[in-house]
Amino acid sequence: MQWRRRHVLGLADFRVEEMEFVIDTARSMEEVLTRDIKKVPALRGKTAVNLFFEASTRTRTSFEIAGKRLSADVVNFSAATSSVTKGETLLDTARNIEAMKPNILVVRHPASGAPHFLSQHVSCSIINAGDGANEHPSQGLLDLYTILKAKGKVSGLKIAIIGDILHSRVVRSNLHSLGRMGAKLWLCGPSTLVPKEMERAGARVTYDMREAVRDADVVMMLRIQLERQKTAYFPSLREYSRMFGLSRAVFSLAKEDAVIMHPGPINRGVELSDDLADSAQSRILNQVESGVAVRMALLYLLAGGHDAAH
Amino acid sequence: MKKPGKKVILDSKGMERVLSRLTHEILEKNKGAEDLALVGIWSGGVPLSKFIQEKIRAIEGVEVPAGFVDITLYRDDLSRAGYQPRLKRTEIPFSIDEKKVILVDDVLFTGRTIRAAMDALIDFGRPKNIQLAVLIDRGHRELPIRADYVGRNVPTSRSETVDVMVQGGREEWKVVLNEAAPARGE
Repeated sequence: MQWRRRHVLGLADFRVEEMEFVIDTARSMEEVLTRDIKKVPALRGKTAVNLFFEASTRTRTSFEIAGKRLSADVVNFSAATSSVTKGETLLDTARNIEAMKPNILVVRHPASGAPHFLSQHVSCSIINAGDGANEHPSQGLLDLYTILKAKGKVSGLKIAIIGDILHSRVVRSNLHSLGRMGAKLWLCGPSTLVPKEMERAGARVTYDMREAVRDADVVMMLRIQLERQKTAYFPSLREYSRMFGLSRAVFSLAKEDAVIMHPGPINRGVELSDDLADSAQSRILNQVESGVAVRMALLYLLAGGHDAAH
Repeated sequence: MKKPGKKVILDSKGMERVLSRLTHEILEKNKGAEDLALVGIWSGGVPLSKFIQEKIRAIEGVEVPAGFVDITLYRDDLSRAGYQPRLKRTEIPFSIDEKKVILVDDVLFTGRTIRAAMDALIDFGRPKNIQLAVLIDRGHRELPIRADYVGRNVPTSRSETVDVMVQGGREEWKVVLNEAAPARGE
């Protein structure tokens, strides 16, 4: 196939062969990362702007490193230090940046759909780096890649995702990436944070941690956002941790060769016990590693001949 | 004017003879296989470098390290192509520092691929020198690059293409010259 996409806004409309194309490209990128000189000239003269309206260190850094490994110029624009605090609208901000002729905008925004909106109003390529509770496509792809590397396949695997499903854009992207590749997805958490409607997306929903973890090939823990505690989705952190935290005892129900994943940042001792986070079964740092390769792949694929096209 | 058609320039036997001669030339010029390393350019150069590696083993009784390089990320026309080309693999599982690296490709044409491959190699280390072995030199250079070892010089017009077919088994290897196909404008 040939890559035709100009934007990566979400995985909802990604075909299986497109996901495979990205993963295949990421594999080649990963080889670059093993060299002494971890840089190739592919995106020389291209500019990527990280436009972040929400705090993020790891995703922004990952995109920044990915761009730099490909010799693109990467500029960071974070809302906290920008004109956004002076009342500028999203569109005005984007148009101002567009006037500086970047090739790719990597956008994170607290409102779902913000990157889609921008893609209709600016001429450069847009990568969604997380929009509200909607999608986080690069995370969905890097999770897919990490599981492929750990397990060799995704189809038929039981993958349990546990935690705040309701607010998680990671889950929504994973439903598309892992779901479409044939994984059996189980979603679990307090009933206030796991909408039953998620079953319509093809996942199984359970409020029983043991049922979710039993015979799982992959256990993916989500960060419990401490700030959400105020809204009383669950009585106390301690109770949450006891019911939905991953401990050795619960994890022992999973398959013997099961792996643990987490999109980070981890709350040690809340959703994941200290020793499991650092255990041999943990693939959490592999996810970070895969993330750079996958983001290199996305930047490379989007930075191609679109200039010639318009 | 001749009718456009396909012409087999080398069959599998012919290719084997040419590659054997190239191997002898490489060994002669480098006075043996010491410090030699082979790097095939993906994809056409890879089976050829494997062949040369085997030949060196047969002649000198030594295993010369061999790898391959994909030059896509080093191309000078990336942003001009209509879409991004699929990446292939690069695998150089040995240090090229102080090695005499023989770059192997199937067809030498504009020289741009070789420029890209040399840039890629330099990112892997500092070889003692880089030498170039090609099966076919078809002319039309756009960069000041020449091969150290040439299997066959094949004068071509720009609109002709040369296909080195090395996908199947060795007995099916051949080199085909597609004579001036008018549909392919350059």
